[in-house]
Amino acid sequence: MSELSVKHLLGIKYLNESDIQLIFETADHFKEVINRSIKKVPSLRDITIANIFFENSTRTKLSFELAEKRLSADVINFSASQSSVKKGETLIDTVNNILSMKVDMVVMRHPNPGAGIFLSKHVNASIVNAGDGAHEHPTQALLDSYSIREKLGDVAGKNVVIVGDILHSRVALSNIFALKLQGANVKVCGPKTLLPKHVESLGVKVETDLRKALNWCDVANMLRIQNERLDISYFPTTREYTQQYGVNKTLLNSLDKEIVIMHPGPINRGVEITSDVADSKQSIILNQVENGVAIRMAVIYLLAAKIK
Amino acid sequence: MSQKVLLSATEINIILHRLACQLLENHLDFSNTVLIGIQPRGTFVAERLVRILKDEYKVKHIDAGFLDITFYRDDFRRGDKTLEATATNINFLIEDKNVVLIDDVLYTGRSINAALTALQSFGRPKEVELLTLIDRRFSRHLPIQPNYRGRQVDAINDEKVKVMWKENDGKDVIYLINK
Repeated sequence: MSELSVKHLLGIKYLNESDIQLIFETADHFKEVINRSIKKVPSLRDITIANIFFENSTRTKLSFELAEKRLSADVINFSASQSSVKKGETLIDTVNNILSMKVDMVVMRHPNPGAGIFLSKHVNASIVNAGDGAHEHPTQALLDSYSIREKLGDVAGKNVVIVGDILHSRVALSNIFALKLQGANVKVCGPKTLLPKHVESLGVKVETDLRKALNWCDVANMLRIQNERLDISYFPTTREYTQQYGVNKTLLNSLDKEIVIMHPGPINRGVEITSDVADSKQSIILNQVENGVAIRMAVIYLLAAKIK
Repeated sequence: MSQKVLLSATEINIILHRLACQLLENHLDFSNTVLIGIQPRGTFVAERLVRILKDEYKVKHIDAGFLDITFYRDDFRRGDKTLEATATNINFLIEDKNVVLIDDVLYTGRSINAALTALQSFGRPKEVELLTLIDRRFSRHLPIQPNYRGRQVDAINDEKVKVMWKENDGKDVIYLINK
């Protein structure tokens, strides 16, 4: 198996287990490349990639752009806030205009769930979903699993708890799909108001007591409270949320075993995790960022191989 | 499909010894020389040569590594198959060194071209030489010739040279396969 089963990366839901293994093995090689003094390979010198961001992003956008440049692709960037979208242009028109400038691949972040899937049916380019509303964020889930594999040797059989706002989180959904596909045990933990109804149907368990969840797990993936998506009040105050679902050093030290702490960023220090936890030896938050570039290089390389 | 034996295990062994001696003649104690096997199949030749040089010719230290050229190839997206990468392991600097690139079969020369590009990521070597076990004459696409060659073969394009190694394929033998 040396080829992805898909033409676009729209979500983890559309991948199979060998796709994930292929992406990880390819990322291993790119990780070696980006740790050289000359961090660039010429593979994609005849490919042009458009990064289209209809929603704010720092890490993901930088990570994708760096990955593309290290593969020698030509890159154009587009932010919706400075564009004709504001003048009423539709998504398909915007993207087709960009594609008529001979672009081969589109990396898109969009506030609406399914935007990438919609686009893949209507335009002739390879689409990479960099986050679509509360739906999926596949490259984040891939880099999270890759970081667990790097730290603990394997993902299969590991206990992973995802803590926080599961209801609005595309990171949570993609992570659940990716972790289940690789044979990990997954729990979600948070206030009941922020857990989707019937989340158990995805094969995960629900735990509302953070201490119990942490004592069970090998890895805790701490999510940010997405204030921009909270249309109503889901919990009384941020302070109360922190008291019940925030991780601090005292709580971490009182557990039965040493667990790995992850966070997809951006961190709200002092809300979901305290600074001494985020900067501790148990945290692999910055490894996640480094691995993000290798994973995105692998995804882009493997998708580009299918462009004829 | 028919195949005939091009070189037997004994012949391969004799040729590897000759190549080791030729390297020794030009590079003496290998203090400023590095050997780099091209992945995946060139590494077997490189490993054998290193073993002969160390065990039989008592060279104390040789820097040897292997180089994956997948991301530097010029046929990405042009073939039917996705190119699958293998590991690179070069844990020394090649800046100002004499580099000997090692591969099993030299055919079109495109792999060597990719390897020369890939080498640039590890520094500027003083000089680069090429060693190949089998040199398929008259089939080059690029102006690339080996400095050290094991055996020259006049194979037509329908034919394939297959090199097998004991450590990987069970026995040492080189076949000429007619498709």
